[in-house]
Amino acid sequence: MNNNLLDIQNLRTSFHIKGKAYAAVDGVSFTIQENEIVAIVGESGCGKSALALSIMGLHPTKTTTLEGQVAFKGENLLTIPQARFDQIRGKEIGMIFQDPMTALNPLHPVGRQIEESMGQHLALAKEERRNRTLELLKQVGIQNEQRVYKQYPHELSGGMRQRVVIAIALACDPVLLVADEPTTALDVTIQAQISDLLKELQNRTKLSILLITHDLGVVSELADRVIVMYAGEIVEMAEVATLFHYPLHPYTRSLLKSLPGQQSTKTALHVIEGIVPSIQKLDRSGCRFAPRIRWIPEQAHENDPQLHEVAPGHFVRCTCYESFHFPDDHIGDDNNAITGN
Amino acid sequence: MLTFIVRRTLIMIPQLVLLSLIIFMLAKAMPGDAVTGAAMSSPDMTEAQIEKIREKHGLNDPWFVQYGHWMKRALKGDLGMSYVHKQPVKKLLAGRIENTVLLAFFTLLVTYAIAIPLGLIAGRWNDTWVDKLIVGYNYVSFATPFFVFALLMLFVFSFVLGWFPTGGSVDIRMEEGSWSYVVDKAKHLVLPVLSGALLLTYGTIQYLRNDIIDTKVKDFVRTARAKGVPEGKVYSRHILRNSLLPIAAFLGYEITGLISGSIFIEMIFSYPGLGQLFIQSINGRDFTVVTALVMLSGTAVVVGTMLSDIILSIVDPRIRID
Repeated sequence: MNNNLLDIQNLRTSFHIKGKAYAAVDGVSFTIQENEIVAIVGESGCGKSALALSIMGLHPTKTTTLEGQVAFKGENLLTIPQARFDQIRGKEIGMIFQDPMTALNPLHPVGRQIEESMGQHLALAKEERRNRTLELLKQVGIQNEQRVYKQYPHELSGGMRQRVVIAIALACDPVLLVADEPTTALDVTIQAQISDLLKELQNRTKLSILLITHDLGVVSELADRVIVMYAGEIVEMAEVATLFHYPLHPYTRSLLKSLPGQQSTKTALHVIEGIVPSIQKLDRSGCRFAPRIRWIPEQAHENDPQLHEVAPGHFVRCTCYESFHFPDDHIGDDNNAITGN
Repeated sequence: MLTFIVRRTLIMIPQLVLLSLIIFMLAKAMPGDAVTGAAMSSPDMTEAQIEKIREKHGLNDPWFVQYGHWMKRALKGDLGMSYVHKQPVKKLLAGRIENTVLLAFFTLLVTYAIAIPLGLIAGRWNDTWVDKLIVGYNYVSFATPFFVFALLMLFVFSFVLGWFPTGGSVDIRMEEGSWSYVVDKAKHLVLPVLSGALLLTYGTIQYLRNDIIDTKVKDFVRTARAKGVPEGKVYSRHILRNSLLPIAAFLGYEITGLISGSIFIEMIFSYPGLGQLFIQSINGRDFTVVTALVMLSGTAVVVGTMLSDIILSIVDPRIRID
């Protein structure tokens, strides 16, 4: 047995739209080891959040089909009974949500919302739950925890609410944290505080984090390994340093080139042509990124693009990376690697 | 919380004064007065006699003088004499208020007892056959005219089956305060309450159902599920409480509506309540009774909205003003 904490194999998440099923996550496989931070990046609509919700079993069952395997400590979360799943969610896997403004119940005080999962999973007396909650609030950087404990979400700022959401996720000492864009809805100074907080928590508690984000700065700061998703598929997967220094897939390179760098204050930012196709309009044959790099000849792409292991632990989909260049590049130039500081 | 309630109560005073003024003037503006009604019932009175009665009761005074007199006495609890019934309005209302409040209370209780579970089921399992059945019942109850349904109930359960009395609020042979008196009173209530409640459920059911369908996909509900809270508790702790907010907001108005608006129920089941008295008094131009009744239902509106506000502020922390 290996020490895969989470082992996802060929996960396919399809949404039913007008009687037809469309895959938003289309055959994704990867693993998360203990004490590892894996980041998933990609534009909006690439299937990142759909993937996170699939792991947590939070898609509405009536309109969603899940196929493949999501093995957590050897148990396939897609097939275990709901009651068993409820013992795992909140206890062993915690989730941080994207929008702290809506993720909390407006009618319950903050303390009670944090305690709820403890009541569900841990045999603790009321007083112990309270103490633990106050401790958690302090841990996530809330100073006046006694007061916040009794406050309602509408009395707190966005950053405070996100800290509360994190405290909820950590309430039962999970071994895996699924963080779905934990900083997206916050302003920049708070973003930095929250990502520092995550890093610090991970150092202290040795938990594994699946970090979903489109903020490459956060990725370079936190992640051990990065998965780049495009149109429901993994297009590249590598150690964080490798990915930032030697990105291969055209999509990864385009994303990195779109980052505002230190020297580029006077020049226009790079823009990836076009948008991520909607899951209904997506052409699922051939290289899915091809329509956005039209200057690359068709024969450069594979007919049925596969993930290739180009170096140990470095995977790239499709062969088009071999001949890829930006339209304004001279072929043979050094690739436009940007180091994530 | 207490300050909120006190403040909310104090606001009622100017509201009630304004209400009484408007009601008084409207009543004065009605064609005819108490004597007109009396004159119709005894046509052999002479014009001079009628004028004498008017003078005696102060009906020829300017309206604000009359209003002053009325207010002064009303504050002491004296609502005047009924011209038709020849007894104090207060005494006339006393027994009927009890009947109407009883009817309203049980109608509301039964309405919620039916509507809340049905709304919850329809919302939680929306678009299943159970939901379709419940929504179907909603359409039917919404479309059924009350007087048709009430007469049908009366016909089937009173005349054909003979399970319940056909009218009144209690058998006059019963001794007040005895156990059989209570039982008899309850028996008289069953049909009016059921007829009212079965047709009143649609609003609550529809509101609750739609709100649950909206709420169950909200982010905070997803947070609760991610905590590993079982689905049943997700509903009881998170969804239901949020979805009951609009119902709570309407509770005050529902009470008001029932106190002042059970006219149909009371007419059909010849139930001696305020609604029945209201119709009789208007027909008889019984000015003092009408004013008292309108004032009473107006007060019910004001108190009802206050109740709604207080209930809402208890369940929803966002609108508490401390």
